[in-house]
Amino acid sequence: MCGIVGLLVKNPALRGHLGEWMVPMLIGMTERGPDSSGMAVFTEPVGKKQRKLSLYCADPKFTWQRFKHAVTKQFDGVVLTVEVNHGVLTTASPPADVRRWIGTEHPSVHVLSVGRSIDLYKDVGLPVEVAERYHFGEFRGTHLVGHTRMATESAVTPENAHPYTAGEDWCLVHNGSLANPGSLKRKLEKLGEQFVSDCDTEGACRYIHWRLEEGDTLEQALHQSFEDLDGFFTFLMGTHDKLALVRDPFACKPAVVAETDDYVAIASEFRSLAHLPDIRNASVFEPKPAEVYSWSV
Amino acid sequence: MVRVMPEAAPAPVKFDLSKQSVRELNQFLHGDLKDVARVRVENPDGAHSIAVAVDAPVRIEIAGHAGYYAAGMNQQGTVVIEGNAGPGVAENMMSGRVEVAGFASGGAGASAHGGLLVIRGDAGLRCGISLKGGDIVVGGDVGSFSAFMAQAGRIVICGDAAEGLGDSIYEAVLYIRGDIRSLGADAVVQPMTADDIAAVTSLLAAAGIEAPAREFKRVGSARKLYHWNADADQEY
Repeated sequence: MCGIVGLLVKNPALRGHLGEWMVPMLIGMTERGPDSSGMAVFTEPVGKKQRKLSLYCADPKFTWQRFKHAVTKQFDGVVLTVEVNHGVLTTASPPADVRRWIGTEHPSVHVLSVGRSIDLYKDVGLPVEVAERYHFGEFRGTHLVGHTRMATESAVTPENAHPYTAGEDWCLVHNGSLANPGSLKRKLEKLGEQFVSDCDTEGACRYIHWRLEEGDTLEQALHQSFEDLDGFFTFLMGTHDKLALVRDPFACKPAVVAETDDYVAIASEFRSLAHLPDIRNASVFEPKPAEVYSWSV
Repeated sequence: MVRVMPEAAPAPVKFDLSKQSVRELNQFLHGDLKDVARVRVENPDGAHSIAVAVDAPVRIEIAGHAGYYAAGMNQQGTVVIEGNAGPGVAENMMSGRVEVAGFASGGAGASAHGGLLVIRGDAGLRCGISLKGGDIVVGGDVGSFSAFMAQAGRIVICGDAAEGLGDSIYEAVLYIRGDIRSLGADAVVQPMTADDIAAVTSLLAAAGIEAPAREFKRVGSARKLYHWNADADQEY
């Protein structure tokens, strides 16, 4: 079991509330996912030639100051902000070069996401603890994708927490379980996708990303996933300007959507939406199986 | 001449789930209710297991949306959910009545042995799965695999049904007014008799939903799965 939450604030005047509205949504999903949680927030994009990399290091003794010094010397226009054991690095250098350098020089540092908009935090602990640790309540931006995890098929580690990312400004969270993650992984690795965890969800994330890279629209990629992904899933996905939601044809895993003129909010259960402003007048519905729902900023 | 005064609705016992726990509510409902006719549950906000295992002729109003398993195992009670219901509403109901004003999620009325479940909006997947004698009336559509292995009881569907309606159905009977995307294994459309029209009329009346009973089709079991057929190609 896991919990999924997503929020897209349509009204620009209300985007300052993004994090504040999200935290009770995430905490509301504690019973569905008490072991770890994560959040991807899509902010105002950095410049066209810049990229942001969200970084994570499990080692509490890691000296971020020394890392900052080295990375600043190595790459162009570096800004690094650190929050506990996560960092957000902005640079004008090609992100592939930065990623390669981090992998060689600082192998204990993991790159969680790359893009112009996405910042990503994920860690073990109760949702309330993770939210406080990284000040989720202060997040500003247009939309968020969050997850609370109850592990069923791989260990409780920050790497195995959701959201997962692939490419740039793309993330996915998952409630359910896949039966064919091994064959997906073998297929995608041959096509150049590099896996960083042993969680089944990463296979789905990289599969859909691969379809997008091959030229599918998001809708086409998700319809193809009904053929190629074997198992149960509700997926919530984020791109730089979109939230997308899909449930597998058997729809064993729940989802509820609440939409007003000001926002669209998605959660595994209504109890994570009950606190939202004007919820009594929101259009509340349950997404149908094997249909693709998406909302744009 | 005797004048009969209209009976006023009794004042309800109120529970506010923003301040009280579901356990407090349910322990009250499992206690002695002989002097209680009506209970009102405020701020349900999607909480799980509201009013489960009630066994008294009491009316319980849930003033909002309910989460998983609301009114499960109900006996005698009348539970009115004024919003939507989460998965498994009225599962294993034995008797009484459960009403949902909005939509109901998956597995509504699963395994219900008796009583009447009324869903005014749509029902999700697996509505009435393994139904064992209860009645369900759905004002809108039902999702895929509804009435899967339903053994006894009746389901009236005023809208459409998605895939696999009545798969492996036993002796339950389904009445549907709208379109059937596909029937499940061994489910067949059967002729409507005068008794069927009377049954639909009375179930709609009990549910308080208006629809012309003559426009419903009957779906039941072809009874071809009742006995093992070694000569079949095993493609069901």
